[in-house]
Amino acid sequence: MTEYLAVLIFVFAGVGIVLFTFFMSRLIRPSNPYPDKTINYECAELPQGSSWIQFNNRFYIFALIFVIFDVEAVFLFPWAVAFGQLGLYALVEMVVFIVILFFGIFYAWRKGALKWV
Amino acid sequence: MGIIKKLPVYAEKVPGGGIVTTSIEKVLHYGQACSVWYLLFGTACCAIELMCTGAARYDFDRLGMIFRATPRQSDLIIVAGTITKKMAPRLRRLYDQMAEPRYVIAMGGCTVSGGPFYYDSYAVEKGVDHIIPVDVYIPGCPPRPESLLEGCLNLQKKIKQQKLSDWQK
Repeated sequence: MTEYLAVLIFVFAGVGIVLFTFFMSRLIRPSNPYPDKTINYECAELPQGSSWIQFNNRFYIFALIFVIFDVEAVFLFPWAVAFGQLGLYALVEMVVFIVILFFGIFYAWRKGALKWV
Repeated sequence: MGIIKKLPVYAEKVPGGGIVTTSIEKVLHYGQACSVWYLLFGTACCAIELMCTGAARYDFDRLGMIFRATPRQSDLIIVAGTITKKMAPRLRRLYDQMAEPRYVIAMGGCTVSGGPFYYDSYAVEKGVDHIIPVDVYIPGCPPRPESLLEGCLNLQKKIKQQKLSDWQK
């Protein structure tokens, strides 16, 4: 039990110091809000609409499929640079890798993930 | 809330309390002068000199000046370049969005008086002091980085000479 007491004290001290600092700075600092100052900063333009912008969650699946090509590019470029020293074995390895990735995208295609419903 | 504004008033009532005020004043404004963060703001050719001053050769950072991409975190706005009538309300808005205490450096002929090229143009503001209060004027077209550095050193001197009682305004 005493070991956990130490953790508890640690947590309270941690939270306490943060709250104390915020309280002290609030106590000391001058505060002068006015409407022109508190409006959202949008590169000096007046804000248009709400800042709570929502994206269609269908983009998520497209982003996920994009990751396939992303990973492919990450491995392809160093492979292409070092291709001279690697020889036939590396070529076969890379073809296998790309085939596996293409299997993934064909699977997504068959499932209709590329169609905007 | 805002004790710093009332501190000189309270401290005066205690005998010897003025020492507290002046010591805090000194430390506070020393720290303030050595960490003047400026807003990324450039509208014309002066901005090129500003960038040059910020880069390795002139090294703005050694004065404690770091650029900030938001007015909320900046103390200083260096108006680098021509301010057109269309830009003027935006400049005012940026200035308004900065937290006090805030400072303004008018850099170059255009911001000081409308500029050597645009002085008879209907589209150009004839000096930014029509829009925002300016602390330091730096003439030149554009001013060399050395002039900008000198302007910033002058601003630092000005900040160090502030009084705590100025905050009551």
